[in-house]
Amino acid sequence: MHTPALVSRNLSCIRGKQTLFQGLDLQLGSGQWLYLQGENGAGKTSLLRILAGLTLPADGDVLWQGSPISKQRSQYHQNLLYIGHNAGLKEDLTLTENLQALCRMDGLQIKDADIREALTRMGLAKRQHLPARVLSAGQKRRGLLARALLRPAKLWILDEPFNALDVNAIADVQNLLKAHLTQAGMLVLTSHQTPDLGTDAHGFVLNLSGSH
Amino acid sequence: MPVLSAYFAALHRDLLLVMRRKTEVLTALFFFVIVTTLLPLGIGPEPDLLRKIAPGAMWIAALLATLLGLQRLFAADYADGTLEQMVLSPEPLSVLVAGKITAHWLVCGLPLVLLAPVIGLQFDLPTDAIGILMLTLLIGTPLLSLLGAIGAALTLGARGSALLVSLLVLPLYIPTLIFGAGAVESYIAGLGAMGHFSLLGALLILAAAFAPWATTAALRISLE
Repeated sequence: MHTPALVSRNLSCIRGKQTLFQGLDLQLGSGQWLYLQGENGAGKTSLLRILAGLTLPADGDVLWQGSPISKQRSQYHQNLLYIGHNAGLKEDLTLTENLQALCRMDGLQIKDADIREALTRMGLAKRQHLPARVLSAGQKRRGLLARALLRPAKLWILDEPFNALDVNAIADVQNLLKAHLTQAGMLVLTSHQTPDLGTDAHGFVLNLSGSH
Repeated sequence: MPVLSAYFAALHRDLLLVMRRKTEVLTALFFFVIVTTLLPLGIGPEPDLLRKIAPGAMWIAALLATLLGLQRLFAADYADGTLEQMVLSPEPLSVLVAGKITAHWLVCGLPLVLLAPVIGLQFDLPTDAIGILMLTLLIGTPLLSLLGAIGAALTLGARGSALLVSLLVLPLYIPTLIFGAGAVESYIAGLGAMGHFSLLGALLILAAAFAPWATTAALRISLE
């Protein structure tokens, strides 16, 4: 019923002498999610980086709407929001300045009012003019997730989005993810806690621990 | 033009970061001033000798001062994950890199050009030779930033990268040093500096055209 937009064929990843995974075939269509499980070092982050186009797989390729992502980097990255486990924020800049810089480097013109609204929705209205250095880990994470509200992207790849978040924030982020999925978005995430993405959206759980 | 706005976004962000953390820039500037001030003190007040070593001494000081900030050009962004986000931008990475290199020059190169007349006076350089010196620095310092960016990108994430950058980049700086200092010397000797300027200009054009791409390729390799 869904045409898969993100397809991976025969992916394998080798780190040093260890094969993390091989022959991995994935398909993800709009409105679907993929939840990666696995112990530390099982290759979750490596797989996310390969899917985002940051790392080249040892073998196989990743296709976006039928053609390899390395051939259409700009177009693919327009559709992609990747939040890695590094904060990705400049400590000396305020959240507003950080978000503005990130969006403008993505070629988007964002109004200050939009940034303020996005930060307010993430519960950071009072923190928007503080340098990122004085914020807690959870606040930084929420600040980054505010990017998701500013930048329309079909595919979200999130590495541990719930890390360092409190119970309320986790619920907020889960609602955000659910809303993304109901708008025919796609989601790939890793997490140490099983996310509750609702029953409406189709999803897969992939356990990388068993694959090698 | 989204490409241009991405370029200015990277430039603006880096300048803003410098404004928040001024000491790092001032270190390079102080280094330049201190080295060039200590030299006449160490060598002795002989105007003829000072005039003779002035172009070379100031160029060497400028070169080393640019090196100081180079290692941080991409390392800071690499450490906090913002470099990853730049790689994932729909805009070409080379444009963002060009913005960052421009910021590096504005912060580490341009102040040296502006300081040159004051330092030149300490070496008893004639006014017109100071003008020529400023012009060589104006063409030469962007070249230093462009070449340095390639080295900074190649050594990203390597251990002891500060030392590696110097080893890698200093040989590339030698032509700039020779033509930059040579222009002033041959002008003082009455031979004219046009030839040197043409070569410096050609080097700058070549570097401006290719360095951002080379840096981008090096960054992609380092980020793997």
